[in-house]
Amino acid sequence: MSQPYVPPDDANPSVRVQRKRKSDLPFFLVMGGLSASFVVLIVLLIAADLMFTSFADFRDALMKPEIRAAFRLTLLSCSVAAIMSLWVGTPLGYLLSRYKFPGRWLVDTLVDIPVVLPPLVLGLSLLILFHLPIGGAHGWQLESWLREDVGFPVTYRWPAVILAQFSVACAFAVRTMRVTFDQINPRAEDVARTLGCTRGQAFLQIALPQAWRGMIAAGTIAWARALGEFGPILVFAGTTRMKTEVLSTSVFLELSIGNLDAAVAVSLLMVLMAVFVLLILRAIGMRLTA
Amino acid sequence: MIELRDVTIRVGKFALERISFRIESGTYAVLMGRTGQGKTTILESICGLKPISSGQIMVRDTDVSRWSPGEREIGYVPQDLALFPTLTVQQHLEFALRLRKAAPKQIAERLAELSEVLGISKLLLRRVQGLSGGEAQRVALGRVLSFRPSVLLLDEPLSALDETTRQEMHALLLRVKESTGVTTLHVTHSESDAVALADQRLVLSDGQIVEAK
Repeated sequence: MSQPYVPPDDANPSVRVQRKRKSDLPFFLVMGGLSASFVVLIVLLIAADLMFTSFADFRDALMKPEIRAAFRLTLLSCSVAAIMSLWVGTPLGYLLSRYKFPGRWLVDTLVDIPVVLPPLVLGLSLLILFHLPIGGAHGWQLESWLREDVGFPVTYRWPAVILAQFSVACAFAVRTMRVTFDQINPRAEDVARTLGCTRGQAFLQIALPQAWRGMIAAGTIAWARALGEFGPILVFAGTTRMKTEVLSTSVFLELSIGNLDAAVAVSLLMVLMAVFVLLILRAIGMRLTA
Repeated sequence: MIELRDVTIRVGKFALERISFRIESGTYAVLMGRTGQGKTTILESICGLKPISSGQIMVRDTDVSRWSPGEREIGYVPQDLALFPTLTVQQHLEFALRLRKAAPKQIAERLAELSEVLGISKLLLRRVQGLSGGEAQRVALGRVLSFRPSVLLLDEPLSALDETTRQEMHALLLRVKESTGVTTLHVTHSESDAVALADQRLVLSDGQIVEAK
């Protein structure tokens, strides 16, 4: 004969007495404490920069024509590099997410190389790519062809800045877009194809409109990565004032001539730009969500 | 008409070997069988989303085995409905017609007709998020009926509905069948779906399809 079910607490009142309500305070202290350590570090870094420099130093540094030119080139090159990264990263992220094709693992690995490669090595590789003679010591050379035949020299000019930034930023855009498409149900694109869409139409009309948040994220990350890029630009584009100088190389140049005030002022300007862009993109994201 | 002739489908280690069955024009067939037997795979192969290894898939007496999904003109409603999150209900009903570059007047007439039949006239401007299960089913059905397919494939469309909504959907599916004469293959686990709707019962068991009485 089966016994009637008795809840454990009723069966043994001592269990109920022993089970004291435990506080969640230690959980929040540990988690909050660990999380706060990073946030506090960032705040302290910015605060130290602010305390080091005065508003007058900041204004003086920003009034310098070289810094203003670097500011303009930074805005332009970061934006172009971010747009190019999105342009390439969206289809590549989609292909890697949706299709199993021969050599996919290789493409997947290659895309990550700029992320793990030391920045100087990437710059050096770009330099070699553009100057490597093909077919002997006096053979065809990409940079010579661009300069003499196309009339568009790249190395040590502003296009090199964009290309160096793009080489790293695009890898981050591809990763972000791949994760974005992984999270979008491919079934809707399948149904669209049964309704008469080609694969291209299914991508453009169904998948892409769902991926706008990921595109904003990818664009933001690419822009921010481009802003912070230094090593490849130094090697591939140089740091010629008024020509290929961007803000990250301005910090280096000011430091190298012992002008610490100007270096800190430019650093603060970069922090402000990064925060400004992040806030604008977040605002766009929230407005689109609403 | 739908006919599978010795169709073999291989997906990874899973395989369905030499499947054959025929559903006559205008017939409402239900396909039953235990979970994991491959019912969804069969539907996806018929509509062209999964390639077959061998055999022939005949629709309207034409071999469509190598045709792309869009060329087959088959209406497919998957189990999760897969509505388009960025489109409104109206855009769902117009989607296939716009792809076929139908005239605006034609689209408007079809939209009015479908929304009336499906009882979703008041939902046209809403996005699909937040629709009830029954409303979402109607939108998914409207999306495929819009281009007047000759074959309809329904993958457990009523599985997540409460009993009242399920009965409403039975009535709606019967109305669609009578008014359009569309040949339908409906995958279900539900005996009540089969009793209410089926002209023909197919059972997938041990990798083979048999006709049940």
